[in-house]
Amino acid sequence: MTEHKQRILTQKEYQQMAKANEPKRPVLANCVRAFLVGGIICLIGQGITDFYIFCFGFTEKSAGNPTAATLIFLSVLLTSLGVYDHIAQWAGAGTAVPVTGFANSMASAALEHRTEGYVLGVGSNMFKLAGSVIVFGVFSAFVIALIRTLIAMIGGV
Amino acid sequence: MKQGSQSWVFTNCPVIVGAAVVGGPREARGPLAEDFDLLHDDLLFGEKTFEKAEKKLLEEACELAVQKANLQKQDIEFFIGGDLLDQIISSTFTGRTLSVPYLGVFGACSTSMESLALGALIVDSRFGGNVLCGTASHYAAVEKQYRYPTEYGSQKPDTAQWTVTGAGAVVLGPTGAGPRVVSATIGKIVDMGLKDPFNMGAAMAPAAVDTIAAHFQDLAASPSDYDLIITGDLGRYGHQLTLELFPKYHIDMPEEKYVDCGMMIYSREQPMRFAGGSGCACSAVVVFGHILNRMRRGELKKVLIVATGALLSPLSYQQKESIPCIAHAVAIEYTV
Repeated sequence: MTEHKQRILTQKEYQQMAKANEPKRPVLANCVRAFLVGGIICLIGQGITDFYIFCFGFTEKSAGNPTAATLIFLSVLLTSLGVYDHIAQWAGAGTAVPVTGFANSMASAALEHRTEGYVLGVGSNMFKLAGSVIVFGVFSAFVIALIRTLIAMIGGV
Repeated sequence: MKQGSQSWVFTNCPVIVGAAVVGGPREARGPLAEDFDLLHDDLLFGEKTFEKAEKKLLEEACELAVQKANLQKQDIEFFIGGDLLDQIISSTFTGRTLSVPYLGVFGACSTSMESLALGALIVDSRFGGNVLCGTASHYAAVEKQYRYPTEYGSQKPDTAQWTVTGAGAVVLGPTGAGPRVVSATIGKIVDMGLKDPFNMGAAMAPAAVDTIAAHFQDLAASPSDYDLIITGDLGRYGHQLTLELFPKYHIDMPEEKYVDCGMMIYSREQPMRFAGGSGCACSAVVVFGHILNRMRRGELKKVLIVATGALLSPLSYQQKESIPCIAHAVAIEYTV
């Protein structure tokens, strides 16, 4: 009977069936949402930068760090209040790509593993999601720097 | 006794003498809220961790089930339980609290029917009198086990499912009034090569249909012998695929006769519902609560419950393994 049943449907046939049944991912809508939310986050960032420049006398360059810190703080706050994941479900890449997404990945992992203690829980799990961003971020920065240096050495830019 | 290739027909038909279901806040806002014996309005229930909260759910369900069976804890001869956490800790710790002979089983979300079938086997064979079967799942604990941190902002596709926070337990006895377990079909692992952990309904649907087909063949039965055929947690898309699969297996299934617990537990209006509910508790709370209540009211006489489980681990998924799935069917009859 087993042999008989396996002949009813091959893996390939079923995978095609499952694929046809799966709802199409709304790629265009997701892109528009990501653009809007990502843009809004950047706009808020710009507002914060201007605030630091005009109220506290930062220069355009030195206002970058406190701006990032403020955005990170807001992201961690929204994560702790359990709101960030709801926004992200709607916004997708819009909340994942900016610095707020990075902060959310660290804060959520830290919150999640708080019950296993500060060392084995928070400490060792905080970079569970953000770790690969750092590893590949640093590595790709190194490769780009290497390419740029090589071009400069052979008398390029 | 065994009938056909993979089914048991119980000659003494063990009786469900007591059943209890416990749920969390999201379940309390769902359409089946009235069928719960106890509902919590937060996710921790006064415990320090979500894992402890899950254990508490199972302990409460077990305690209430024993109470509703008019029995004492010491009357329970065996406890069969399972859950989704590593080393099935919720069940083990509940076994510690109960301190009765314990069998831990793992069938992922098919645990409800796996434990019920095994419990029925013990009672039917007279190897035990009163057997307690139960399972639990907790949204936050299970997400932590299988996926990302709960507050991590990842966008889930529409085929994803929401893990039910709850627990269901039943006490099986040799005699008494109540719904009876008449037969069970033990499922085979079916793996159609699907790998997407955010579309478990599609992965599990072939396992469900395989077990249903085997059940009908072994017992020479058909959908007309049942008032309702219920799958565990296939969700909307899995339900649709199952309906498409029935004709291929030459099962003439009327659409209104086939329902899925994952689609019943939450209402369409609830946020982040996706394709429906999932988890060990999904089939347990819907069947041991809602369905048994409907049977007691006389609305349903005979049902076939097919609990489905996706037997993947986070590790096997990362190593690009496909998702092995299983489904166990148990037929319950209630004649007043």
